[in-house]
Amino acid sequence: MARVFVPLVLAAMLLFAAAPLVVASAPVEQTMGLVQKIFYYHVPSAMLMFVSAFVCGISSAVFLFRRSAAADRVALAAGELVVLFGAIVLVTGPLWARKAWGVWWEWDARLTSSLLLWMIFLAYLLVRRFGGPGSEKLAGAMALFGMANVPFVYVSVNYWRTLHPKTSVVMTLAPGMRAAFWFCVAAFAAMYVLLLTLRKRLEDRQAEVEQLYLATDD
Amino acid sequence: MKRLLSLIVLFALLPGVVALAQEPAGTPSAQGDFVPVNQLPAQTEQLPAAPLLMGAYAFVWVALLVYVWSLWKRMGKLERELAELRRRVQNP
Repeated sequence: MARVFVPLVLAAMLLFAAAPLVVASAPVEQTMGLVQKIFYYHVPSAMLMFVSAFVCGISSAVFLFRRSAAADRVALAAGELVVLFGAIVLVTGPLWARKAWGVWWEWDARLTSSLLLWMIFLAYLLVRRFGGPGSEKLAGAMALFGMANVPFVYVSVNYWRTLHPKTSVVMTLAPGMRAAFWFCVAAFAAMYVLLLTLRKRLEDRQAEVEQLYLATDD
Repeated sequence: MKRLLSLIVLFALLPGVVALAQEPAGTPSAQGDFVPVNQLPAQTEQLPAAPLLMGAYAFVWVALLVYVWSLWKRMGKLERELAELRRRVQNP
């Protein structure tokens, strides 16, 4: 584990530290100007919020149907990261919107559904924290529901009238912007894998502590 | 008699309705607010982008650093608890 972990930490740190330099080198967008550069952190965070929701949902399904405690620990770790990356999306988005649209927030399909997705996983964490014994199963069901929402959030911009740019914007980026964008996606992905690994390790230690408490009680 | 009474009430209310339809004293008329295009002040940038951009990036870094710090604190606490429990199990 250590053989993989140390290089992972170094890779994540380097990538993340270099990301601002890469973003600075990307061209300034013609219509929105400098504020468009929030895109390079906002969109990768949104992508990872969706990925983490899937990780949480799939792990929860494995826990519910196969009673795997390890899968439950992965689900909890991923659930926290949905809330973390979701918070980043929901703060950077309005900062960009204030300049681009003239308003901090708009109750359109994409923004509203993203907020609801974030709130579902916030509720997941609250149930895990305060639900008491057996709440893992209820939380697992919530995670499955949250995961099912992700495709709707993603396609909302294509099917409803909304201020938010459509999904095609990523595929039609100019070459200078494309390189910076995918570099940031790689940086955020490395950071995500590192955080998921650390958080899961924390849960493993917690499980060990609980086992030892039971052993000392015996 | 009833018709006469209705007419009297109607005429009594009429001045009140007319008074409500008038603009309050001191309010400039809409026509007075009209500004011809060649007299508009020069358009200047109202909202600078740099503070919003820097605020967004700062939030991302702070959020990630705070999360990593909280993981580190929680891990430290668990490691100490684990060491104590292992000692107790080995030396009952």
